[in-house]
Amino acid sequence: MLKIKNIHAGIEDKDILRGINLEVKAGEVHAIMGPNGSGKSTLSSVIAGNETYEVSEGDIFLDGESILELSPDERAHKGVFMSFQYPVEIPGVSTTNFVKTAINAKRKAHGLEDLPAKDMLKLIREKSELLEMDRKFLSRSLNEGFSGGEKKRNEIFQMAMLEPKLSILDETDSGLDIDALKIVANGVNKLRNKDNAVIVITHYQRLLDYIVPDFVHVLHEGKIVKSGGKELALELEAKGYDWLK
Amino acid sequence: MDLQEKLVSSFMVFENQGKLDLDSSVHDIRTKAITAFEKQGFPTKRDEEWKYTSLKSVLKHDYSVFPKVETAIEFKDVKKYFLHEIESYKVVFIDGVYSSFLSSTTHDGYDICLLSAAIKNPKYKMVIDNYFNKIVDKNSSVSNLNTAFSTEGTYINIPKNTVLPKPIQIVNFYTGSEKEILLQPRNLVVVGENSQCQIIERHQSLSDNVVLTNAVTEIFVNIRANVDFYKIQNDNENASLIDSTFVQQKEGSIASVNTFSFGGKLTRNNLEFYHEGERIESHLNGISILDKKQHVDNHTLVKHQYPNCESFELYKGIYDDASIGVFNGKVIVDQEAQKTNAFQQNNTILIGDKATINAKPQLEIFADDVKCSHGCTIGQLDESALFYMQSRGIPAKEAKALLLYAFGNEVVEKIKIPELKSRITKLIANKLGVKLGFEF
Repeated sequence: MLKIKNIHAGIEDKDILRGINLEVKAGEVHAIMGPNGSGKSTLSSVIAGNETYEVSEGDIFLDGESILELSPDERAHKGVFMSFQYPVEIPGVSTTNFVKTAINAKRKAHGLEDLPAKDMLKLIREKSELLEMDRKFLSRSLNEGFSGGEKKRNEIFQMAMLEPKLSILDETDSGLDIDALKIVANGVNKLRNKDNAVIVITHYQRLLDYIVPDFVHVLHEGKIVKSGGKELALELEAKGYDWLK
Repeated sequence: MDLQEKLVSSFMVFENQGKLDLDSSVHDIRTKAITAFEKQGFPTKRDEEWKYTSLKSVLKHDYSVFPKVETAIEFKDVKKYFLHEIESYKVVFIDGVYSSFLSSTTHDGYDICLLSAAIKNPKYKMVIDNYFNKIVDKNSSVSNLNTAFSTEGTYINIPKNTVLPKPIQIVNFYTGSEKEILLQPRNLVVVGENSQCQIIERHQSLSDNVVLTNAVTEIFVNIRANVDFYKIQNDNENASLIDSTFVQQKEGSIASVNTFSFGGKLTRNNLEFYHEGERIESHLNGISILDKKQHVDNHTLVKHQYPNCESFELYKGIYDDASIGVFNGKVIVDQEAQKTNAFQQNNTILIGDKATINAKPQLEIFADDVKCSHGCTIGQLDESALFYMQSRGIPAKEAKALLLYAFGNEVVEKIKIPELKSRITKLIANKLGVKLGFEF
């Protein structure tokens, strides 16, 4: 599904990713771990299409097609979703209206009519229940005044609404207490199927107890220095990252 | 002959034609006003209050000064300029002349009618004597000019303990009957003790001919009365407006003036609030969304003269292309005005590379036990928010519009007439060039 070939990327003159290769197939869960500053968030931003980062070399393919030249919204229409480490607050736009706008934008890109209001409401109810979300958050301004945990839950709610092919969860566990973590992980697991894939970016092993990866990759100084199965995460938890440097 | 000279000499012609209520006290007021205007002349950029707004380009025209006969307009052609979804009183002028056909006035329990009729009718003499030209700034030459010439406008007099069942719409149309015209509407609003009313005012040019409107409105808000005023400024690019609105509030009253500036070539809004009692609440809200070379100047003054009063001021601006915004918000808290709460906020987003904002908060506080604050921000669109929205599939153009929309929403939320709120929402969406899939 996703093929990353020798990606080099950075911000202004600073190189951050120095030749990343990664292949993610449908139905798989990949975890990307690594110490702070190793390039984890840059990798997710580059896949999602954040123009702050410049890709100097390499390519990214989704279902065999290069997405490097596509804008973030075009990538989203093709099924890429990124859950932000720090979701942005947007005062004045309610969560419901935001999600409606996003869904209908995607439908429009696929030549479909707006989703009828009734179906939209049904979908919102269904997915918000999946995430055990308090209804009042839906009518409040997007993420404004939400706690860290509420923001993350809202991210996964949006993921559930948009039904992406490829989801990148960037440090979704940060700011979550254990109960919220379970709910969020449970939501992600329920959304998994043989046709979609998940990349979990995390500093700690904790989240991987709940979202069990098929593969674990360790990122260091902009390169994947080690790949393995889920047991690698446990090893990292026990030994830290130093032994890999 | 420049416009000032032309106007001064026109005044005599005006007098000779008997248009100036020669036998009423208003005539003396007019004579004083034209003398003052002759002395003061039009403001220039040398005048501190007009430093960022030059009238040069709007004064160079050879304006017709006297309104001619009524031009007929079919309601269906101008329906869209009314808030036609709801019942309302209407006072409509076409090229400065009252249109009885489009209007819907009343004398039943309260008066919503023409100022010219009220000035001539002895029944209203006391109201005119007590209120006409009482709170207009005599140092303002443009207001003096209006006082000297204004023959027409809206007269609203609501006795005590009366809640108007529907809003009042004041609409001034300009048909383009003259190539260049100067219109000077004058409104007088007196709202009695415990009474309430909502007013929507609009100036609308229907042609590409040049129009300069120099409007003055006086609003008297009596004890515990509540007045809600909305100004819709969405005129075409050859229309300019100088609007001066003066509000006097008595004890326990609430008044709000909401200004929506989306169109026009040059717009200058002078808005002044004077407190004459305790426990008064004043609200000043505005949103300006400009592009091309549009220019909007919001000049406000709140004068706190009594203790325990509050004022809330919120002005937002979105400026594209080479448009220019000016915000000058003056708040004066006299020494007697202890326990005053005065809050002022002015937020601007500059989108156009050549867009400009000149913001000047001015707080003059002479009392020591007060809470006063002002905040002024000037920024650009939040890139991280844009990326966030795009990453969810919302295209850049819509994401930008949505963000701008959300930015202005705080002001739109203050509109108390739901149909007007939805209308303003649509005007904003149009101005930002997007179709939004929902309404706020």
